Amino acid sequence: MSMLRSADTMQAEAPLKLRSKPSPPAALFHFARRHPLGALGGAILAAMILVAIFAPFLAPHDPQATSVAQQYAPPGGERILGGDHLGRDVLSRLIYGARISLSVGLLSVGIGVTAGTLLGVFSAYAGGTVDLVVQRLVDALMGFPPIILALGLMAALGASMNNVVIALVVILLPGTTRVIRSQTLSIKELDYVMAARSIDASPARIVLRHILPNVAATYIVLSTITLGFAIVVEASLSFLGVGIPPDVPTWGGMLTLGASRYVNTAPWLAIFPGIAITLVVFAINLLGDSLRDILDPKLRGGI
Amino acid sequence: MRQYATKRIGLFIPTVLLITIIVFVVMRLVPGDPALAILEGEGGGVYTQQDLANLRAELGTDRPIVVQYVDWIGGVIRGDFGDSIWFRSPVMIELNRRIPVTVELAVLSTILAILIAVPFGVLSAIKPDSLLDYGARSFTLVGIAIPQFFAAIILILFLVKAFGWLPPLGYATLWEDPLTNLQQMIFPALALAFYEMAFIARVTRSSMMEILREDYMRTARAKGLAEWIVVLRHGLKNALLPILTISGWQFGRLFGGTVIIETIFLIPGMGRILIESIFHRDFPMIQAIIVIIGLFIVTINLLVDLLYGWLDPRIRYS
Repeated sequence: MSMLRSADTMQAEAPLKLRSKPSPPAALFHFARRHPLGALGGAILAAMILVAIFAPFLAPHDPQATSVAQQYAPPGGERILGGDHLGRDVLSRLIYGARISLSVGLLSVGIGVTAGTLLGVFSAYAGGTVDLVVQRLVDALMGFPPIILALGLMAALGASMNNVVIALVVILLPGTTRVIRSQTLSIKELDYVMAARSIDASPARIVLRHILPNVAATYIVLSTITLGFAIVVEASLSFLGVGIPPDVPTWGGMLTLGASRYVNTAPWLAIFPGIAITLVVFAINLLGDSLRDILDPKLRGGI
Repeated sequence: MRQYATKRIGLFIPTVLLITIIVFVVMRLVPGDPALAILEGEGGGVYTQQDLANLRAELGTDRPIVVQYVDWIGGVIRGDFGDSIWFRSPVMIELNRRIPVTVELAVLSTILAILIAVPFGVLSAIKPDSLLDYGARSFTLVGIAIPQFFAAIILILFLVKAFGWLPPLGYATLWEDPLTNLQQMIFPALALAFYEMAFIARVTRSSMMEILREDYMRTARAKGLAEWIVVLRHGLKNALLPILTISGWQFGRLFGGTVIIETIFLIPGMGRILIESIFHRDFPMIQAIIVIIGLFIVTINLLVDLLYGWLDPRIRYS
């Protein structure tokens, strides 16, 4: 690859420096020009992350402060996006809710996809009985609809934020393991791995130096694609009342009350958190699709 | 085919066994002693050591976990999933009423999704970059991003504002009163179908686009067939296989969605009782529902794979 590039640039002579490595802003600009939708998704996601980080400075009110006067206040008054059944500020709860949604999503994807990647590489590299056992386990876990598996775990473990993360990690594990395993199986047969093996490189060295760097692109794509999924499942669990306890402002939890009781009288209670979830998942999907096209086109339609 | 079927069925049995083991083990993760929880919850904390020992013996939790599992799986094979703590009767009595409701919802939803999404996918593929194509593709992007519960709420809101419709409180079964039943099920099924619609429209579009470029399409046109016959008989017929396969595989996701839809639309199905059982801490019921759903999904996947292998020889030999 590098030889090809240098031969190519030698003919062109001058633009050697320009070609070698674009600066981060230039690379970002290039990405935005080639993939405007992906860039839009990335921008929305970045904005949401900033909102979550600076929530205390951005929220106009205390998200927990109740007020009798502001109960069911329609949007547009002192409560910009209205007040809920306790008169709490919907906008402030949305802003604080971004913290929960994003941190639970990022944490569970970070743990789940990493663990799935390691397990997938291990399973494929070890082969034999280990691989067989891991694959049957993956098959069995994939037999459950993800939300049902998560509900079973929440029922056994009890409703709390840590347990939501555990449930999400378990439902992310089988899919990630399967994708990474099949990729490792094909990498394992490539010439450079054969070459490494023939000079008696240790399995640890082969995995660390040759296999992991080559599944890194898939790892990044999987993390992005599954982030939106994790956020929706977390919101679904909170919505059903078995996820994060209701006093914590979460988007799914806000929808529960808005949806079940007040959809006729105070629809904004359901609409704003619903839009927030849809928007963040939409943004993540756009970004994920573009990253997949750039890094790993083979994954298209794979997960 | 026989070799492929044997291999595929051979993988099915360990998967089914593992599913029951996973559910059984997860349900034993519950912190604390279930007998203790029942006594402290119901008796207000007044009980003797003898009561505790008796209840443990009654629930069977005083025996080693392997013995408990073997005992339970023996019942499961005979269709006995144990007794519900909440209903104080075998779980299957309650579930026999609930399972058909959920299956009906899922089937109706799949039919709706295919009927709506396939025509849009085909039109979108025939006229790429048209207004309709952009409309259908935007809908796909939003449809995949929108959470099921929010789609359901928007649908309810729309129905309430536009028609003064309200979710019905009662429920009529399909056998007793088919018309009322369909009226009650059609909107929940539509809400449930949202994601599948987006997904199926996407698959239809891409597989039609591929097929439209095939030589046999040109041949069909060259011999003077009407355009709609070319598209339907030569195009759609070949695109239908991946569409049906994907609908089969998506059936599992649909079953997960019924939990949410049944809760919102107050439908007395399996999903709603799963949520109620979690609140009641009715573990035999939770365990039974999750195992039944898991078995259902792997069986459907098996059937889809066999059907696919039978229809498309390339699958068998790969």
